[in-house]
Amino acid sequence: MTQVLKDLGDYIAAALAQEVLSADVALGELRIEVRATSLLKVLIFLRDDANCLFKQLVDITAVDWPAREQRFEVVYNLLAMKHNQRIRVKVATDEDTPVPSCTGVFSTAIWFEREVWDMFGVLFSDHPDLRRILSDYGFEGHALRKDFPLTGYVELRYDDQQKRVIYEPVKLTQEFRSFDFLSPWEGATRVLPGDEKAEKS
Amino acid sequence: MPEAQIKTYNINFGPQHPAAHGVLRLILEMGGEVVERADPHIGLLHRGTEKLIEHKTYLQATPYFDRLDYCSPMNMEHSFVLAVEKLLGVTAPPRAQYIRVLYAEISRLINHLLNVCSYVLDVGGMTPLLWGFEQREILMEFYERVSGARMHANYFRTGGVAADMPAGLAEDILSFCDTFPKVLDDMETLVTENRIFKQRTVDIGTVTLEQALDWGFTGPNLRACGVPWDLRKAQPYDAYPDMDFDIPITKHGDCYDRYLIRMVEMRESVKIMRQAIQKMPSGPHRLDDRKVSPPPRAEMKRSMEALIHHFKLFTEGYHVPAGETYTATEAPKGEFAVYLVSDGTNKPYRCKIRSPGYVHLQGLDFMSRGHMLADVVAIIGSIDIVFGEIDR
Repeated sequence: MTQVLKDLGDYIAAALAQEVLSADVALGELRIEVRATSLLKVLIFLRDDANCLFKQLVDITAVDWPAREQRFEVVYNLLAMKHNQRIRVKVATDEDTPVPSCTGVFSTAIWFEREVWDMFGVLFSDHPDLRRILSDYGFEGHALRKDFPLTGYVELRYDDQQKRVIYEPVKLTQEFRSFDFLSPWEGATRVLPGDEKAEKS
Repeated sequence: MPEAQIKTYNINFGPQHPAAHGVLRLILEMGGEVVERADPHIGLLHRGTEKLIEHKTYLQATPYFDRLDYCSPMNMEHSFVLAVEKLLGVTAPPRAQYIRVLYAEISRLINHLLNVCSYVLDVGGMTPLLWGFEQREILMEFYERVSGARMHANYFRTGGVAADMPAGLAEDILSFCDTFPKVLDDMETLVTENRIFKQRTVDIGTVTLEQALDWGFTGPNLRACGVPWDLRKAQPYDAYPDMDFDIPITKHGDCYDRYLIRMVEMRESVKIMRQAIQKMPSGPHRLDDRKVSPPPRAEMKRSMEALIHHFKLFTEGYHVPAGETYTATEAPKGEFAVYLVSDGTNKPYRCKIRSPGYVHLQGLDFMSRGHMLADVVAIIGSIDIVFGEIDR
């Protein structure tokens, strides 16, 4: 199975040498990285090429990596029922650069892209209806960004005097506690002062 | 005589309408009594599950999955548990896999019973609901006996299941498998050929094969359009390769077909349940790796090592190697998948939940265009949506 996926990845990378940045197989899953500007070309190729036939777009999501220059990774998961294969297409972008919307290629992308916009603030160009979808009317911020706090900024309650639901800044009786479980023996990546000398000698 | 120009007007359907199956706010643009556009406003049950999971250890994250699709809790856990196991590079022992399959199918029955019965209720049939919920109650007792909870079981764990099945449970499930098809027969005599039910559902909300693929339909809604696609067969997980069952398909893709598919699927589920019990091997019900699954209670009383492992697992949890996976299972509603990104710590870096209902509800717009207002209710019932998983 892995070899089949590897061959498919090589085939796609060869056919779209300009567009595909990298293709690899990890944990038995094929993933390719693509230039944002040529995303649509790649998706149409994946959908229509006889060796691919990824007819179904099952999921679009994003991952936020604040340390990177292009902090968002938009992830497209596709499924080919004919060949019983999955592929993951990745595109990197930042807060300001829009990703071309693939609603013209797969209709199901409309809500997925709305969700990514709502949760991460990734822009999609030429989207027919880029409204928020999951968060409240008038919500500010993008909840799944790593710099958005878990508790949020506002809380709401019913005000008996005003006879309506009002928003207030969130008040916590206790700070949200987050423990650092990375012990210095395993997991921690920071280099202790002086350690770099040991590498050299 | 020229027809009078009818101005379109908007009506608000829900969020507290009983036929909306939860908290769906639907803005319907109507021309007379014909729907011209349906715009679902979702998110009223948005609880930020994905964000919460990023702040919890892997063990603490599983209970959130029960609360996604609260009509089939264990199927949701199944995807997450398989995703974590894939990243960890472990597989559950055979007995655990069979128990999981058994309970995944029980959950499928629980889900389909709720959907079919409440769907028939929506289009005017009261009795199947009363009969179906009686059976659902029995199934939830099976849940309770194995996990202690009727709905939010938190029973599937990474590397197995939380506890072994108690003595006598397997026999009771087998005797349920004998009596349950009779109830299905009774329901079918009431509903399947019922004139009123057919008038409400046949040729309503028809989806063609191309539309179904383009709009990302999965599960029974896709099989109703004639695609024999089921992840239990196509990309089998756990003990499904050993099971012998059939995938029903129909050709029309209308509301009536979606009902038929679910009825046949319930019979297939009973078949799988019976096989899972008969073929279930003996052995441990969870992995014998102390770095992933906790030691037995008795061992903790005597062994210092076991006590330390227990403490570490329930405070810090296990660290999952960096990597990413998209793991999908066939939930009763369709392809339920978890896209899990790990950065090597004890908490998921990102956990995207791909719920089938989200995609199906998006299709409501094109399915209901040109239909009457009352047909929208039939379509909502037939695509089987639950807001816990749509809003997440």
